[in-house]
Amino acid sequence: MLVEQIAVFVENKPGRLAAITKILADNKINIRALSVADTADFGILRLIVDNPQKAAKCLQDGGFTVVVTEVVAIEVEDRIGGLATVLGHLADAGVSVEYMYAFVNRSGENAIIISRFEHMDNAVKVLEGTGVKLVSKEQIYSM
Amino acid sequence: MYWQKNEECRPRAELEKLQLARLKNTLTRVATNVPFYRNQFHKMGLNPENIKSLEDLRKYPFTLKQDLRDNYPYGLFAVPLRDVVRLHSSSGTTGNATVVGYSREDIVTWSNLVARILCSAGLTPNDVIQIAFGYGLFTGGFGLHYGAERLGASVIPISSGNTRRQIQIMQDFKTTALVCTPSYALKLADTMMDMGVNPNGLSLRFGLFGAEPWSEEMRQEINERLGIKASDNYGLSEVMGPGVAGECEEFHGQHINEDHFIVEILDPKTLEPVKPGDVGELVITTLTKEAFPMIRYRTRDLTRMITEPCPCGRTFHRLDRFVGRSDDMLIIRGVNVFPLQVESAIFRIDGTQPHYQIIVDRKDNQDICTVKVEVSESYFFDEMRKQRTFVDGIKKSLAAELGLSIDVKLVEERSLERFEGKAKRVIDNRTL
Ligand SMILES: [Zn+2]
Repeated sequence: MLVEQIAVFVENKPGRLAAITKILADNKINIRALSVADTADFGILRLIVDNPQKAAKCLQDGGFTVVVTEVVAIEVEDRIGGLATVLGHLADAGVSVEYMYAFVNRSGENAIIISRFEHMDNAVKVLEGTGVKLVSKEQIYSM
Repeated sequence: MYWQKNEECRPRAELEKLQLARLKNTLTRVATNVPFYRNQFHKMGLNPENIKSLEDLRKYPFTLKQDLRDNYPYGLFAVPLRDVVRLHSSSGTTGNATVVGYSREDIVTWSNLVARILCSAGLTPNDVIQIAFGYGLFTGGFGLHYGAERLGASVIPISSGNTRRQIQIMQDFKTTALVCTPSYALKLADTMMDMGVNPNGLSLRFGLFGAEPWSEEMRQEINERLGIKASDNYGLSEVMGPGVAGECEEFHGQHINEDHFIVEILDPKTLEPVKPGDVGELVITTLTKEAFPMIRYRTRDLTRMITEPCPCGRTFHRLDRFVGRSDDMLIIRGVNVFPLQVESAIFRIDGTQPHYQIIVDRKDNQDICTVKVEVSESYFFDEMRKQRTFVDGIKKSLAAELGLSIDVKLVEERSLERFEGKAKRVIDNRTL
């Protein structure tokens, strides 16, 4: 139930994000979700795209440093308290979150939460046990 | 194992007495026979008769590489040419060549000092020594050759180059000890792999490496790949050639042949002695050379002195690993910083050789130093926490190595300016 995410190292200087999105557009790669974690000097750009392996290769060829990691995509009902319920289950099981970011799917009804946990296998087991809806990579890539 | 036990293990007090007598003799001889020294001593009001202690040497002027060039070819010789039996020369990459000469007695001394170094590295007359240093005007080949013969070992004077043939000879002649530069040792290991030769199947047990600075990590790599014990030795043609200093089987610093050389470690800027154990420029005075004595020769090589007694029993102090050239030194907030120190601090964290650049600026009369490190797949993480831990690790390692807090900036791959394939190491924007 894991989804591939690509992380790209970006220096904090003008034009770097534009350069990355241009490489992806030129190679007809669609971005599904994106988040940037940054410091004063550099940032880590995380992307969910429709073809992660191709995206990683294109960006590497373009001189960027890229790692592909596995994350979980959780579908949460777009209502008050939807996310709180999911996080509550994880906290109860002692699973710690490294990072998470969200986007709303095309129908606009549900939010998709992209999450990375310290122990991925354990996290997936806990989530499956709680009946939370996990989104498969095929669904995400074709969304 | 010792070659000249009485000399190599002489009590320090006796050694210093001998150094003083020999120093006085050398200064007197150059004042008499070498106009260059005579004129300088005269101008400075120095009379070698007045030398009372080893500290008095500090009143004497330095000799620079340029002085050797200015007196090309024979201006600094202290004996007539008829007493010179050998001439060597260092090629001038940055200017004119220099010439050095040896008397018959000098060659005997040189051979003995190199035999000492071979012996202290563990070699015996039973060894078969392959000398892959260039033979010719460079002192490396002939220096090691005469020392190895003096030891009584079997010498293969193969000289440098033709790597495949080196390996063939190594197999056929059952070479037990290899003499070359450390980087050539790694090239030999690479070529063995290409040729399908297993280094463990060879008779090779020792490697004596010199003529370029190298690191402890490189020693480990050579030891593992060639299955040998690699030792470091030091010398330079201006003062003699190989044989100035060499490691014993403790493999922790090179014993200086102090009965033949006086060594000073000086701050390259102030030219005052550094605190004991600190890094500084190596300055050498010869004590027994007849044909070509050198007074306070500034080597530009940076190292530190180890004065703790060595378990091997030799009383000679040791030179630690060389950390670069004084021409590359930076002074940041009053602290001397050498690019190689930065490199080893980064290396300790990552274990690979990252591209880096040291940038020094001055703001409000304060030196600001930043080290830029190029990111690479092996230490790029999708998690910010891990990425920051990595950067903090480099900062801590640099602070421990230099005693300075230095900012570390991670930059994109291939973003640092390259010079002949290597990132340009230092950018000093200070205008003083
Ligand atoms: Zn020793």
